Amino acid sequence: MLEGPDIHRALTRIAHEILERTRGASDVVLLGIPTRGATLAHRLAERVAQFEGVKVPVGSIDITMYRDDLRLGPARPLGKTDVPAGGIDGKTVVLVDDVLFSGRTVRAALDALGDIGRPKAVQLATLVDRGHRELPIRADYVGKNLPTAKSEKVKVLLSEIDGRDAVELLKNEPEGAGK
Amino acid sequence: MKHLISAGDLSRDEALLILDTAEELARVSGRSIKKLPTLRGRTVVNLFFEDSTRTRISFEAAAKRLSADVINFSAKGSSVSKGESLKDTALTLEAMGADAVVIRHGASGAPHRLANWVRGSVLNAGDGTHEHPTQALLDAFSMRQRLGRLEGLKVAIVGDILHSRVARSNVLLLSTLGAEVTLVAPPTLLPVSVERWPCQVSYDLDAVLPKADVVMMLRVQLERMNAAYFPSAREYSRRYGLDRDRFAKLHDDAIVMHPGPMNRGMEISAEVADSPRSTIVEQVGNGVTVRMAALYLLIGGENQ
Repeated sequence: MLEGPDIHRALTRIAHEILERTRGASDVVLLGIPTRGATLAHRLAERVAQFEGVKVPVGSIDITMYRDDLRLGPARPLGKTDVPAGGIDGKTVVLVDDVLFSGRTVRAALDALGDIGRPKAVQLATLVDRGHRELPIRADYVGKNLPTAKSEKVKVLLSEIDGRDAVELLKNEPEGAGK
Repeated sequence: MKHLISAGDLSRDEALLILDTAEELARVSGRSIKKLPTLRGRTVVNLFFEDSTRTRISFEAAAKRLSADVINFSAKGSSVSKGESLKDTALTLEAMGADAVVIRHGASGAPHRLANWVRGSVLNAGDGTHEHPTQALLDAFSMRQRLGRLEGLKVAIVGDILHSRVARSNVLLLSTLGAEVTLVAPPTLLPVSVERWPCQVSYDLDAVLPKADVVMMLRVQLERMNAAYFPSAREYSRRYGLDRDRFAKLHDDAIVMHPGPMNRGMEISAEVADSPRSTIVEQVGNGVTVRMAALYLLIGGENQ
């Protein structure tokens, strides 16, 4: 659905939007949701630094222990939580994820944030918004709105992890197969 | 993983999963809110038939940090002192709906029996002279934290091996994880089956020390000694105690461990126990995170 250059352009635009909306990103902390959200957060931080020379603190926040579906499967291995040294109190936190779907991951991330500190504001950036929200959550920055059927599966590939950049739509996966 | 009864039941991948999970959970201890909602609505019963300070408090803190409800049960002051059997106690717990039972018992094999009687997960917190798997896990975690690896690490476990469940669990776990263990003790304090354990054996502490990366001192368990295993405490201490002179024989990066409680002056001198290369205090802190990891991995997912 998206190729490398599309992802590149989308992230560049999101970085500009973050700079615009937060007036220069001076109080911004970028927190990615592992695994691919964390990679995307680092890419956004690079771009922000490139455009305006602002060094934005960047980290990751694992939400596994806050999920509402833990009891629906075996215990999952944990991702990495790495909160920048300055913390998040009084900052504008931009959560970064690869795909926004039901909104449950973001709900869990908001709970996790609350245990780490009290940000001034929380915003959400996502590379792909595929719809089918189950909670009242929306993204502030969207790379691409992708209309999907609920049974389909959206797969984001990033070169740091998967060797190449792409967004793929897998059809007719069984119900509940996730993102 | 349904139960955690023996360190020998863990595959290399399972053991590493527990250690990696603990490493992530360790960050929670550094936050102002040291709590995760993960086990909300789950019940963990601490069933302690033997005295314990560290392990019981550690399991309780671990369960509470994961938001589980904790019921503490100690044999003193319970119906056990009126003659209730382990099985009847187990059935009572079952009726209360325990998702996990943490058991310490004086009889080797008690957790194994219990696992057949309850539906929840059983975690062995020490059974007789048999095993203490979470202690071995926290020891391995502490070694990896200090030395950065476990593979190829040379570990000397020194002292009362015969009565030590910590030694057995450590030998089984560390050999799974690729460390080389040498047990050091007087012949009277080694179990008869020791040649079948996956480790080396030595009677001479001074010969082992220069090569060791980790020296784990064990407490001489006087309460379990019903015969004369060595002539005197003084002689034991002279031959197998870790004092300043022996400590100096270790290479500069080697660490000293002790599962506690310590007999200062007997198996370890106060000076060595309090040195910066001793991990004794951080072992206690690591105990909480490792037990959080074990509880999460055993009962954090679906009900089996």
